[in-house]
Amino acid sequence: MTPDYELLILGALLFSVGLATVIIKRNMIFVLMGIELLLNASVLNLVAFNRIHNDAPTGQVFGLFVIVIAVCEAAVGLAIVIQVYRFYQSSVPDQINDLKE
Amino acid sequence: MNAAVILHYFFLGTAAIATIALLFARNVFYGALLLLITLLSLAGLYVLSFAEFLAMTQILVYAGGILVLIIFAVMLTSHLNGKPLLIDHSNRLAGGLLGLTVFAMLTSLMVGQQQLQTGGNGEPISIMLLGRLLMTSYVFPFELTGIVLLIALIGAAVIASSSTTKRL
Repeated sequence: MTPDYELLILGALLFSVGLATVIIKRNMIFVLMGIELLLNASVLNLVAFNRIHNDAPTGQVFGLFVIVIAVCEAAVGLAIVIQVYRFYQSSVPDQINDLKE
Repeated sequence: MNAAVILHYFFLGTAAIATIALLFARNVFYGALLLLITLLSLAGLYVLSFAEFLAMTQILVYAGGILVLIIFAVMLTSHLNGKPLLIDHSNRLAGGLLGLTVFAMLTSLMVGQQQLQTGGNGEPISIMLLGRLLMTSYVFPFELTGIVLLIALIGAAVIASSSTTKRL
């Protein structure tokens, strides 16, 4: 077990837990946290592979871009969550089904 | 067993435990704090993987920015009756099975890889090279993410500030 290998296993754990969180939790903020976990798993994988192929820090460059996009996603997502809460008085995704009715 | 190895396993264990606890947490505020622990441990792992700049960005952006936003959203979307915001779980079986399956699939793909078993040569990565790459080869995506960030922040401010009518 090399350190790179353990980092990749942790990345897989973060990804699967994030995926399960998105499905299981009945709260939009928790769902956003799950998406953050998914993005962090990808950054961790980029860093781990950059550690194996360490002639140039290209993996870290892409990790920076992923973090910036995660910030954009979190800011817009939380703004939408607050606005949806104002409209429906609820933050449970299953109750927001006006299009279905 | 030097300090770097001990810290590596410490951060690895903390991140794994906090992540799994996040899956079972029912209080949104505790969930945010568990996410914070996970993100800070990941920053520690980045430092040990020669990604110091990425670790600083992680701490500044996630611990300083996104976590504050999440806690603000928790406070704005609770009913403010003094009770903690407890949430329900649904689709437990489907979500748990999907998570376990994806984890098993990813790890089983990694087990047989010879290159992962030997690992890298352990040489540090220069932070000077990272800055040079950002300003030469990747300068266009760098500027583009700056514009995307600006647009997203203006959009978030507009979305959150506009008042909508109540539901009928």
